[in-house]
Amino acid sequence: MIAWTIYLSLAGAVVVLLSPRTISRWLALATATTGFVVALAAFFARGADFASFTTLVRAPWIPAIGSSFHLAADGISLTMALVTGLTAICAVLFSWKVVERPNEFFFWLLLVVTGSYGVFLSADLFLFFLFYELVIIPKYFLIATWGSTNKEYGAMKLTLYSFFGGALVFIGILAIANTAGSFDLQQLAQFSFAPQLQGWAFPVLFLGFAVLGGIWPLHTWAPTGHVAAPTAGSMLLAGIVMKLGAYGALRVACNLFPSGFHLWSKWIAVFAVIGIVYAAAVALRQSDLKFVIGYSSVSHMGFVLLGLATANALGVAGAVLQMFSHGVIGALLFALAGAVYYRTHTRNLEDLSRMNLARTMPFLTVAFVLASAASMGIPGFSGFAAEITILIGAWKTYPLAVWITGFGMVLVAAFTLRALKKTFFGDDRMPATVEVVSAPNESATLAEKLGASLLIFATLAVGLYPNLLFDRIMPAVETMRFLQR
Amino acid sequence: MNYLQLLQLAAPEAIVVVTALLVLMVGLITGRRDAKPEVALKPDRPASATCSSATTTDSCLLIATLGLTAAIFSVLRLPSQGSIAHGMLVISPLNSLFQVVVLLLAFFSLFLVRAETFLPNKAEYLAMILLATVGLMLLVGSEELLMIFIGLELTGLSLYILTAFAKMNRQSAEAGLKYFLFGSVASAFTLFGLSLIYGLTNTTALSEIGARLTTSPLPLLLVAGIVMTLIGFAFKIAAAPFHLWAPDAYQGAPISTAALIASGSKVASFLVLGKILLRAFGNLPGSAAWHALSAGWQPVLAVLAALSIVVGNLAALAQKNVRRLLAYSAVAQGGYTLLGLIAGGPAGYSATLFYTTIYAITLIGAFGVVGFVRQRTGGDDLSDFAGLRKSSPLLATCMAIFMLSLAGLPPLAGFFGKFYLFKVTMSATPNNGLLWLVILALLGSLISLYYYLIVLKMIFVSESPVAIHPSSFQPFLPRLVVSLLAMFVLLLGILPQNLLARILATLS
Amino acid sequence: MAHLIAGLIFLPILGALFVSVAPRHYARAVALGSNLFTALFALMLWAHFDPTTPGLQMVARHVWIPAIGAELHFGIDGLSLLLVLLTSLVFPFALLAQRMDRGFCALMLVMQASLYGVFTAQNFILWFLFYEMSLIPGFLLIKLWGGAKRDWAATKFFLYTFLGSVAMLLSFLGIYFVRGTFDFAELASLGKLGLLQGNIRWLAFAGIFLGLAVKVPLFPFHTWLPDAYEAAPTGASMVLTGTLSKMGVYGFIRLLLPLFPNEMKVVGSWLLGLAVASIIFASLAAWAQRDLKRMVAYLSINHLGYCMLGLFAVSATSTVPPNEAQAALSGVFLQILNHGITAAALFYFVGLLEQRCGTRGLNDFGGLMQRAPLLCGWMSVAMFSSLGLPGLNGFVGEFLIFKGSFALVAGYSAVAVLGLLITAIVFMRAMQALFSGPLSESCGSTPDLSPLERWTVVPVTLLMFAIGIAPQFVTTIFSSTVAHLAQVLG
Repeated sequence: MIAWTIYLSLAGAVVVLLSPRTISRWLALATATTGFVVALAAFFARGADFASFTTLVRAPWIPAIGSSFHLAADGISLTMALVTGLTAICAVLFSWKVVERPNEFFFWLLLVVTGSYGVFLSADLFLFFLFYELVIIPKYFLIATWGSTNKEYGAMKLTLYSFFGGALVFIGILAIANTAGSFDLQQLAQFSFAPQLQGWAFPVLFLGFAVLGGIWPLHTWAPTGHVAAPTAGSMLLAGIVMKLGAYGALRVACNLFPSGFHLWSKWIAVFAVIGIVYAAAVALRQSDLKFVIGYSSVSHMGFVLLGLATANALGVAGAVLQMFSHGVIGALLFALAGAVYYRTHTRNLEDLSRMNLARTMPFLTVAFVLASAASMGIPGFSGFAAEITILIGAWKTYPLAVWITGFGMVLVAAFTLRALKKTFFGDDRMPATVEVVSAPNESATLAEKLGASLLIFATLAVGLYPNLLFDRIMPAVETMRFLQR
Repeated sequence: MNYLQLLQLAAPEAIVVVTALLVLMVGLITGRRDAKPEVALKPDRPASATCSSATTTDSCLLIATLGLTAAIFSVLRLPSQGSIAHGMLVISPLNSLFQVVVLLLAFFSLFLVRAETFLPNKAEYLAMILLATVGLMLLVGSEELLMIFIGLELTGLSLYILTAFAKMNRQSAEAGLKYFLFGSVASAFTLFGLSLIYGLTNTTALSEIGARLTTSPLPLLLVAGIVMTLIGFAFKIAAAPFHLWAPDAYQGAPISTAALIASGSKVASFLVLGKILLRAFGNLPGSAAWHALSAGWQPVLAVLAALSIVVGNLAALAQKNVRRLLAYSAVAQGGYTLLGLIAGGPAGYSATLFYTTIYAITLIGAFGVVGFVRQRTGGDDLSDFAGLRKSSPLLATCMAIFMLSLAGLPPLAGFFGKFYLFKVTMSATPNNGLLWLVILALLGSLISLYYYLIVLKMIFVSESPVAIHPSSFQPFLPRLVVSLLAMFVLLLGILPQNLLARILATLS
Repeated sequence: MAHLIAGLIFLPILGALFVSVAPRHYARAVALGSNLFTALFALMLWAHFDPTTPGLQMVARHVWIPAIGAELHFGIDGLSLLLVLLTSLVFPFALLAQRMDRGFCALMLVMQASLYGVFTAQNFILWFLFYEMSLIPGFLLIKLWGGAKRDWAATKFFLYTFLGSVAMLLSFLGIYFVRGTFDFAELASLGKLGLLQGNIRWLAFAGIFLGLAVKVPLFPFHTWLPDAYEAAPTGASMVLTGTLSKMGVYGFIRLLLPLFPNEMKVVGSWLLGLAVASIIFASLAAWAQRDLKRMVAYLSINHLGYCMLGLFAVSATSTVPPNEAQAALSGVFLQILNHGITAAALFYFVGLLEQRCGTRGLNDFGGLMQRAPLLCGWMSVAMFSSLGLPGLNGFVGEFLIFKGSFALVAGYSAVAVLGLLITAIVFMRAMQALFSGPLSESCGSTPDLSPLERWTVVPVTLLMFAIGIAPQFVTTIFSSTVAHLAQVLG
């Protein structure tokens, strides 16, 4: 059933492109919602097998290279599909006011969504790679056409980084396919590769995925891209696209090359920890709201990598949970930043701090406070549940990393707080030398309220009852081969 | 073998030749009267100045297309095996398939003629294109050195003329001359190389040569023969460092000619090169694997491929003219295509053939779009593409499909083509010996993505400096053809099995 | 009866939601209404509480996140009940202290919910959830409705506390990794034998200590407090000092002492030193202040120092005579309650003065007695209570603490007594400056207490007297808990 998310999104994308401008956003919303509902239904399906990567569809496709149209899902895929659907809806809602070429905009947006569903559900490496690369171009057009600051540079940088990552992934996939003679992930998961091959293919593959996942020091596309992107673009980037990399790293790189993973896992941890702390430190010095959030994304994705590096069920499950969590929180933060930008036409923190937006935009303020709290890892929100699980997992293998990460968490809190303060609670009782800018008095639209509420609800629901996801993730994670037992 | 049989087996070629003559005749009868050569003096004038001879052009075009269609059907009706004149022309599934491909490519190129604004004597032009097509068909159908050379020369000479056809246009004339000079030198190389090989093996049939060339170490003369043959073909496929004619030819030649050079000529050259290398020199491949380098044609080809990828991509980065950009990118694409031949075997060969076919389709489409833009704005620089999205969303979309396919992005044909090509290359040698070439090619693709995206950026993001009426002259048929090509590229990306399985079947 | 606890936590959140949708003018009324219900719940909790059982009562335990050992585990003992009652008392008091709009009320209620949660949760993750839940409201209250330098104060408050909580969280993760549980009772039962081995235990100990010491605060981790209390609006100051600082004390008693009894003994003398330093330095600092609110803030540190002194005295001594230990701990518990009431009252009065005169400088006042005798009278009661005048509540607690600690650690206690002396000086001087002397200009037209204010002050003051004269009705709540704790620590 969940396979329909792909078909529906693709069909929706085409229909939206061909539809008149006036109704394109409604069609896009309908498509995104249907996809989400399907994902939700699959996620809460009774008696589904979450542990194994169960085949959904399997049809011969390109027998010449041994590839078939093969979709499958387990708890991890379903979780990711769920966050994809959620982000998609909210991205559409927060782009309700796109006036310029709306049908094209929603076409590209839905294409990203299609590709993401595809990646999360593919059980054939060629198909996986096809969907993985399919996401690149829509991103470019979304950013280059509807973006803001330095959009063409940001778009190009992001695209080239993604493509570079894709090239590394490609080499890894070729090494896999040529050695094992199959593209089928279910079969490959049983195949044992020669340690020598794993030794070099794992880092190539992992790094390729990690580029998209925002690993330090190849993360620089993320902040620039986020800043340049339109609101929905940033939401998709943070919510879904960065997860593609992490998901690929988990499903393909780690799971197929267990011994390669063990050879390199400590380096992953090192990079992850540096990423967490470094990005947080950099975010502290940014003057653009979206840059702050962009770096926070990198910092949060560092947790995912750290979780993967732990190589135990808890850490990896935490990493998956963090993927979901950051998907929701990152999307929410970008959505709100976008809403603020839409009204004030500035993202400079100093400018914003003169507006004291809390007075004029109460809803956005409350939502941003909650989003910041979630981002900081305040308990009760999904971020905390994920991060604490990762940290518990990491205690065993990298106790030092846990302590450094803890320091990083304080930095995260510091920069989030700074952004929150400056954006919404700036002093309007400023010294006379500073010109007071009157804040535009425009409250949130219904679409924005709906979208933000949906995301807040998701992060709270998962934060207060993480078992909702853990029950599905854990069985799937426990079947992974690279875990140390 | 009587003449009837001969005619049956050589029917496709014969039909095309007859069509060419017919077109020439019609042109001579009707065209001379109303041709307006002075139009050629103002190449920048984006006008329907040749309207007066439009009827002539249209009737000639109709004849030419009908002729090509008939030729395609006659190819399809050929027996699956057969040979003419003791193996001068061979009919095999492979050859038939690619004769169809070449005919189709020529067919599509014909439609681009409509977009030409400054060509005198369109009938003669069309006839030359048909003759070039005959040359390509011969080239495809030959498995024998002499016939290969005849095919090469027939194609080459027709293309030289076609390139310089807009003789009042300096660029066209210069391109024609360069192409001719480089091409004839290349022919000389090829001829010399082939004669050396003939001298050493005493036969001109490829399979015979293959059977006799089993010795190793290689005699020096044979080495010279192989290298010279390769150099000759490197000119044909514009592999670096023998690519220098390409940018000028692509830029200066009439659009349809450029399309044909980039598509049909390339497909046929790769096919024949593959035949020579894998059938005639099949026993002397050497190895291009980084850990087991040994003498043979593979290392030579590997060097050519690597140079093409690097030079082509880097040079393309700096281009401001879309046709030159396509030319340099063609050099790089030629480099990728060579990888399949280096990999060797039916798999590698099929990858090369598949890739070069979809590349040809893509490039005809791309040139079609360039032709439209040229018609509208009078130029084909990058800046002329600004705002194309607004003036013609359909063409913009098609161009996006072509460019992204060239860059190798899913779900387009180029993606699968590259995937298959690189996969085959990786698996060709144990221990991933050709990984270095794959990495190089991937880096090249990365660079290429940049300049393809620049083109798309101009089309989709940049606003046109001058207002262009969306309703300016847009003939229906060429637009249909371009869209059709774009559909092909998309379909071949999603369902590559149809073509690939066919190619593989003909190779086994 | 477990649903009473759940009700306590959910009611304020529900109230906050109601407040945010209620009409602007009724926000405070709705908040107070919600407090009426929670007070009712708290009293019912008290009524159903069995003071003779030392352990947890009204336990509710449900599965939550088994993967990381988190449970929904609530329960109360004497200490928890005491703090729940204190919270129920201080919040309505604070809500009455000043005008407030919807956001203010809603944040106060959220904070109240988090406090109830902290005092009743029995699993670390759950506890931590509530512990952190108070941070954002606290930050926003200071940041949005605070006075001068509110931005700096709010940020400092937040980051200090957050740093402390992260350190604590990491320490608990380390403990969980070894012991596999986050349950307070289970951890406490392991504490005696050594929760952790090797150097890691010191790291864990330091982390938890840091988190709690910042929250209390203990010298030298106190620097955020004067800024925060000074900048915060009156209502928030009252809550911060009356209840939020008790989270730290509660944490010491619930977590650090039972989990690390052996470690506490090793570093006991250092900790005692810190407690004494808190007492002395804070009182000296209070003496040096010219700002009334800042002075009260420093005195707050000083008073919590007594709590710490009592606690550390018990935990640092190797063999504790049960009587002295019980005396000291009872003192600490009483002091928790007293300080909550008294300090809140002091901030309340300072707030009133600031509203009336628009200033907080000690020297800007004078002769208030002439204009506002009622205000001065009730305020002096609060001050006397704070400096520990017999007959008022402050005396009982401090007396018990010193009674216990002199027997256990005479030297430290002797130094700490100096703190009492200085406090007395500070208050005397303050009273003199405020109430007597010539009428200062700024206080020219100070009105006396309004009826609402009178009705607010009287019950609180009566409570001070009640505890001072007959502390038994409070001590019965926690007597068995204290006995149990003394046994555990002894």
